[in-house]
Amino acid sequence: MRKLFFYVPLVLFLALTVFLLSGLFSDPRERESASLNKALPEFALADLMQPQQIWTPQQLHGETFLLNVWGTWCPTCNAELGYLTELRKQGIKIVGLYYELPRDPAFDAPFNLKVLQQDVAQKLQQNGDPYQFNILDLERRLSLDLGVSGAPETFLIDSNGIVRAHHIGDINPQIWRAKLAPLYQQWSQP
Amino acid sequence: MKYAIGTLLLLLSAVLNAQEMLQFDNDSQRDLYRSLTAELRCPQCQNQNIADSNAIVAVDMRQKTYELVRQGQERQQVLDYMINRYGDFVHYQPPLNRYTLWLWLSPVLMLTLLLGTAIYRRSKQSQQNVDTQSELNTELDQLIKRYRSKKP
Repeated sequence: MRKLFFYVPLVLFLALTVFLLSGLFSDPRERESASLNKALPEFALADLMQPQQIWTPQQLHGETFLLNVWGTWCPTCNAELGYLTELRKQGIKIVGLYYELPRDPAFDAPFNLKVLQQDVAQKLQQNGDPYQFNILDLERRLSLDLGVSGAPETFLIDSNGIVRAHHIGDINPQIWRAKLAPLYQQWSQP
Repeated sequence: MKYAIGTLLLLLSAVLNAQEMLQFDNDSQRDLYRSLTAELRCPQCQNQNIADSNAIVAVDMRQKTYELVRQGQERQQVLDYMINRYGDFVHYQPPLNRYTLWLWLSPVLMLTLLLGTAIYRRSKQSQQNVDTQSELNTELDQLIKRYRSKKP
């Protein structure tokens, strides 16, 4: 009994070491999203290319799709366009949520939709166009309601408009295979 | 002297103007806004509060906090609004639930364990002292006895 007692500090120390060591390799950005398993928040936002078209969550029901938060100002987003385009060719529906930068009235030119449309069209021509269409979130209100912390981020939305996955960061072949493809399979089954 | 006062006034006006960037209905709203932006955590640049951070999301959260405070919402309502969207992560004071319980419990447990061990060891030691003392006493008694029986 006394001998067993002798090992208690060693065991405690080893447990602490393993705990701290696992912390070294964990991703601090990996955390449960608050928007999981909730319906898409209410919104009525214009299409980026055809501003007279207004999108609401109800119009997006019926099909499982990826909602990809992006902007031409974001290098990682531009880098993932190519692979997302490949996914589109495989038959995956991807909708863009355009995350526009905030403007400082003292320094920035006022928002100009024409300029943005040209910019987007040029980027999509260069890198590939994965999107069925783009929703323009000019004030980033939908992004705030979804818990978006930056771009790129991707949500998996099922056919009933429920958020089933929230991925922070880019999508590449590894991440798609390991994390998102199984979820997509699971939620796109009728 | 005149110039000094002039400069001072000029500087003061700059400071006052900077503070008046955001308009509030009263001081309690301003205090609420200050304390909220200090204890809400930026989800993008981690370990900065939204008052310190200039990430896009922090700017938006500040703006939203300002709007909600101006609407007259209570402290807890604003916190709930943010936690609903960004999770418990976004508040620097974690709630007490079954995952975070250990944060409060473990120091108490450790202290109890430590005190317990200390008291246990001390009582054992004093018990040992008593034991050795009584042993010595009997030994002494025997010696005295032997010595007395030798004497005549």
